[in-house]
Amino acid sequence: MALVLNEDEVMLRDTAEGFFKDKAPVKELRKLRDERSEDGFDRGLWAEMAEMGFAGIVIDEDHGGVDMGFVAAGLVAEQMGRNLAATPFLSTAILAATAIREGGSAEQKAEWLTKIAGGETIMALALDEGAKHNPAGTATTAEKSGNGFKLNGSKAMVIDGHVADALIVAARTSGEEGDVEGISLFLIDPKTKGVSTERTIMVDAHNSARIELDDVEIDGDALLGDLDKGMETLNKVLSAGRGIVAAELLGAGSQAFADTVDYIKERKQFGKIIGEFQALQHRASHLYSELENARSAVLVALSALDGGDEKAAMYCAMAKAKLGSVAKLASQEGVQMHGGVGMTDEYDIGLFMKRIRVLQELLGDAHYHLNQFAKAHSF
Amino acid sequence: MSDLKEFQMEVRAWLEENCPPEMRQPITGDKDLCWGGRNWEFQSPAQKQWLEACVSKGYTVPTWPKEYGGAGFTRKEEIILLKEMKRIGARSPLSSFGIWMLGPALLKFGTEEQKMEHLPPVARGEIRWCQGYSEPGAGSDLASLQTKCEDKGDHFIVNGQKVWTSYADKADWIFCLVRTDNSGKKHHGISFVLFDMETPGVEARPIKLISGRSPFCETFFEDVRVEKHNLVGTRDKGWDVAKYLLTHEREMIGGQAQGVTRPLSEVAAASLGLEDGKLADPMLRAKVAEAEIDEWAFNMTVARKLAEAKAGASLGADSSMLKYYGTEMNKRKYELMMDAAGHEGLEWESDRSEDGKLARSWLRTKGNSIEGGTSEVQLNIISKHILQLPGA
Ligand SMILES: Cc1cc2nc3c(=O)[nH]c(=O)nc-3n(C[C@H](O)[C@H](O)[C@H](O)COP(=O)(O)OP(=O)(O)OC[C@H]3O[C@@H](n4cnc5c(N)ncnc54)[C@H](O)[C@@H]3O)c2cc1C
Repeated sequence: MALVLNEDEVMLRDTAEGFFKDKAPVKELRKLRDERSEDGFDRGLWAEMAEMGFAGIVIDEDHGGVDMGFVAAGLVAEQMGRNLAATPFLSTAILAATAIREGGSAEQKAEWLTKIAGGETIMALALDEGAKHNPAGTATTAEKSGNGFKLNGSKAMVIDGHVADALIVAARTSGEEGDVEGISLFLIDPKTKGVSTERTIMVDAHNSARIELDDVEIDGDALLGDLDKGMETLNKVLSAGRGIVAAELLGAGSQAFADTVDYIKERKQFGKIIGEFQALQHRASHLYSELENARSAVLVALSALDGGDEKAAMYCAMAKAKLGSVAKLASQEGVQMHGGVGMTDEYDIGLFMKRIRVLQELLGDAHYHLNQFAKAHSF
Repeated sequence: MSDLKEFQMEVRAWLEENCPPEMRQPITGDKDLCWGGRNWEFQSPAQKQWLEACVSKGYTVPTWPKEYGGAGFTRKEEIILLKEMKRIGARSPLSSFGIWMLGPALLKFGTEEQKMEHLPPVARGEIRWCQGYSEPGAGSDLASLQTKCEDKGDHFIVNGQKVWTSYADKADWIFCLVRTDNSGKKHHGISFVLFDMETPGVEARPIKLISGRSPFCETFFEDVRVEKHNLVGTRDKGWDVAKYLLTHEREMIGGQAQGVTRPLSEVAAASLGLEDGKLADPMLRAKVAEAEIDEWAFNMTVARKLAEAKAGASLGADSSMLKYYGTEMNKRKYELMMDAAGHEGLEWESDRSEDGKLARSWLRTKGNSIEGGTSEVQLNIISKHILQLPGA
């Protein structure tokens, strides 16, 4: 397990750092928000990311990717987190690409992976339904109908759902709500009759949607992976997603912290720089320690994914739990140490707080993963 | 096979052959540690055998050069050795302030003669050292220390008092901070000297702790003669040596939280029992899960920081981060152990509690965030040297 970045990874990190700082700084997110961008992201930026190889970062070379792995993908996500960049990286390059890579047939791979790597398609994973992440709780149904299926149900928190060219929908083909078995994945065109999409702009001004499926008829070849065995693919997709969201949280948390430290080195009260007050120094130093641990957690989780380590899924869940708590603390302390200006829209710290709130919820919050961790360890 | 892979296989085979089964059992308390020294009595033949085996390979101090009793390992090789030891649950063969603290300081600041005189006996576990830093008036503000050291031509004479000197009553030698000059700023005029605890005028009086044990002492010096060749580094500039040593001490204290102990969740499950496969107390269950994930992330950070540092290099101010976090985490873990143990954990004198093992360990952990510089002092160091906050 590599705990130190290799030369290629250091180079990629530096490239990604420059790229997002230059092309997608926080003010770009403000622009998307304030101009009420219909897409919610900049298609030109996504095209450039594809050109840089970011869109195909976990896709093999035969399908047009650069196949650099999850540690590399995490370095990109971390820089996106630092800049609050709004891009379809998670939905398309990580979740959808992993789903197709792990569950897809040769034809599906040939069709979709190449398009993802080329930045030619946006895809979204439609999994969650209730207020909280709960994969086994999937209630949406897919009944056999002719030589295909008929889907009914409603999906929530579908990242990039309203701009997706294709949806990967989790639906129940057997068993009952709560069963791990009996879930299948389907590739669906959102323009199919019976699919209705409502864009739900989230607190962080990033994309999400609710999707209703009302007697949606699809062909049998829309099935992605084996019937009833969707959870096997899904587990890999979710581990990848959790690891990458943890990396984005690391970026967002670290930047919120850096902004805060900068601020307390400037602001004066009582004739002193507020960073001289020990009450703030100690809280900042505690946060520094937590962020160092958070960084290790992300690195270990992602390199376990790359190494095919049997504990990779567990490590990704643990990293997601750790990062959820640490990044949240960074944003909360950040706003508090900024004082009044921390509450203004003008300062970035509030935007970090909002983004972190969303990321920590995605694919299971800290409570969810603590519970899973305990279950997996028989306590 | 790469060289390192081959190396790993060799180490593995050697450990298999040489580490006695008794030395692969989890450490259950202080009594299982081997401290060595002139008066050491081995707890078991296996403990002695294990120490001797490791000494013969230089494994008590793997990264020290061979001429000083080490194995001459690189950091990578050391990490492999530690990993392989952990794999079979091997105990550390030797616990020693000489290894953790004095050694690194001598390697950096000592003369060749000092290294040859003091390092090999440390590596072999023959001489046990104690640390004479703190004084009644100089704790967190260590540089305000006042133990006097006068130049008498061919030797020094030391007078004064140290306190909280761990194992001063059991140690053979002491590394001690003394004042050779009182005229300037407090960081100037400190010197770092070594002397035998059997020198006339040295007296160690044990202090009883809240754990009921007496691992540390008040230590008095009355006209203690110290040879000039036992001054380490430059006279009056001992603060540099002292600080460097502290970074190693902190690394060690922070890293100790990692020892081979049973996972908290197992202890809790044994005590509380399970309901539907879950720990019977759902509130405690959440805290235990959180503590175990924090411990994992922290252990990975220790490993990462060591991997980032070059062999033998100090971690600098990051040792304060490890010390702060590791000790606070360890205290939290023992609080949860006590929560899980309930009234059984409160037994102080009874057979079933092995005379209050848990309660005494719990109390001992409270010292973790005080010894080697308090948590508050570590946070001050992070603020100043890492975050570069003004006035820290
Ligand atoms: C188990 C144990 C083993 C020890 N072993 C040894 C040993 O072998 N050799 C040795 O020399 N010493 C040893 N010590 C002593 C230890 O290094 C000191 O106790 C420690 O440095 C604190 O000093 P003090 O006890 O004087 O507390 P004080 O310095 O009086 O501190 C009291 C409180 O004030 C806080 N405080 C002090 N200054 C500041 C500040 N600037 N900002 C914020 N808060 C502050 C402290 O954090 C603490 O909470 C040991 C201590 C313990 C508990």
